[in-house]
Amino acid sequence: MPGLTISEKILARASHAEVVRPGQIIDGEVDLLYMHEMLAMALLPFNEIGTTAVWDPNKIVVTLDHWVPPPTPEIAKMHQTIRDFCHKQGIQRFHDVGDHGIVHQLIAERGYAHPGELIIGSDSHTNMVGAVGAFAAGIGATDTAAVMASGRLWLRVPETLRVDIRGTLSERTTAKDVILKVIGTTGDDGARYAAVEFTGSTVKGFPMNERFVLCNMTTEMGAKVGLIEADQVTKQYLAHTGRPFHPIASDEDAAFSKTFSFEVDGMGPQVACPSNPANLKPVEDVEGTKIDVAFLGSCTNARIEDLRIAAGLLKGERVARGVRFQITPASQIIYRQALKEGLIEIFMDAGATFTSSTCGPCFGGHLGTLAGDEVCISSTNRNYPGRMGSPQAQVYLASPWTVTASAIHGEITDPRKV
Amino acid sequence: MQRHFRGRVWTFGDDISTDHIIAGKYLGTTDPNVFAAHAFEAVNSAWAKGVQAGDLIVAGDNFGCGSSREQAPIALKTLGVSAILANSFARIFFRNSINLGLPVLECPGLRRKVNAGDVIEVDMAKGEVHLPDGGVDRFNALPPNVLEILEAGGLVAKIRAERAPRRT
Ligand code: SF4
Repeated sequence: MPGLTISEKILARASHAEVVRPGQIIDGEVDLLYMHEMLAMALLPFNEIGTTAVWDPNKIVVTLDHWVPPPTPEIAKMHQTIRDFCHKQGIQRFHDVGDHGIVHQLIAERGYAHPGELIIGSDSHTNMVGAVGAFAAGIGATDTAAVMASGRLWLRVPETLRVDIRGTLSERTTAKDVILKVIGTTGDDGARYAAVEFTGSTVKGFPMNERFVLCNMTTEMGAKVGLIEADQVTKQYLAHTGRPFHPIASDEDAAFSKTFSFEVDGMGPQVACPSNPANLKPVEDVEGTKIDVAFLGSCTNARIEDLRIAAGLLKGERVARGVRFQITPASQIIYRQALKEGLIEIFMDAGATFTSSTCGPCFGGHLGTLAGDEVCISSTNRNYPGRMGSPQAQVYLASPWTVTASAIHGEITDPRKV
Repeated sequence: MQRHFRGRVWTFGDDISTDHIIAGKYLGTTDPNVFAAHAFEAVNSAWAKGVQAGDLIVAGDNFGCGSSREQAPIALKTLGVSAILANSFARIFFRNSINLGLPVLECPGLRRKVNAGDVIEVDMAKGEVHLPDGGVDRFNALPPNVLEILEAGGLVAKIRAERAPRRT
């Protein structure tokens, strides 16, 4: 009998089994359920089910992130409904507007996610949180209602696909470039239904902010979850919570369904071209493409480290004439930190726009959407037609380095050359 | 659960995302009619007007990839789409559709054999698709637990039915 992968260990524990194997259907006990405005959609089936109380208010976290602050009266009302529900249900960890953040970032930075946990989020990029060594999967509204009512969810135990990354990247090249390369190789359904576990020296050397980027975009591989073993880096990141730390890793003899090996020694920046995250080109091949908009935001790449990169490049520079460069931090905590470090002043001096934290532009919702003839370079994770506004808009996905260098030059730019 | 469908086909290609099905700008409501009215607008602005109750969708690989927005299958179900057949489905879209009682059937290779406007028949009990030229394709059987949800008419109906006896 082979050993277990991280994913299998977590699902075994969550279903009170010794061992689980890929393909098996389990009934999992959820350690944490988190939601954003999807809660409003989930309330319809929740009420239909006929329950009145959530299974455990202490295992639920809610924030508002997609439309913050609300751009229409209808959305303001939606927020009210959510606020009232959380209050009535006794959900203490409701992070209202003012204390908000893009939910995945909020869960990570507040230390709500721990290694070994079964975490369910009402959003497809819940995968990001798996970087702490948790099984973190996204679901839709009806499943969310079922978990709210029962604290349980059926899951098919996924095969684990290993992505092994080794080598030292070129300068100004990041985890974002690595994951774009991986998706460009596997395709946007290359890991459909699978758990993706990242291993290798490059991954081990990444700090948590970079590990989150890897796991975040396993969603763009079609994966159910993204995972990285919980090690000293993870422990350090969670130290502020004061909770006991239990490392988790796959067994030596665990069975992986497949291994993709990437040798990234000297690899430079990568760009996903319109209109699929797997439409990969090295930055050299798209250099010189004129842009109208640059966006640094989203759960993928708008952490303080990303903002520091942007500020470093922008200091003493100007955003190109005719280009709008919008920077939207992933949470209020990051906003405050950027303020403290003087980054916001650098952004404003350079002619960039700095906004409150929201998903807004990432999904074409509000606060910076694209017109039909606009070309955008973005630090987000998806560029399907219409994702960021008009279906005709062209979106290139890249790292914070490449996004900022391009904003300065008004065209897609290799950040190593500035 | 309806086990037999006969309907007109709408075809789509590979990697049709939830952004194609319903754009983010329409999500600021919980009204299913809004999602329905704008379904597939990014691909074909007349689609939502042209589709009729009982129509079927046949698509390529990875249908429904992208976000967790259940508004995507809600839009299609509200318009009366009776089933979706694709080479493969993205996982959250698959779950969401089943939870709504909308059959999503993996039928690899079917996309190449049908054209938009064809009328095909789907036999859920036998797992068969009958093509206009008389040919028959088979779709992959749904796992028993998934079939149970579909047979109950969706996840909410299933949970309600399970709870009902205890409420005497
Ligand atoms: S930032 Fe974008 S990808 Fe991330 S949760 Fe928000 S809408 Fe989704």
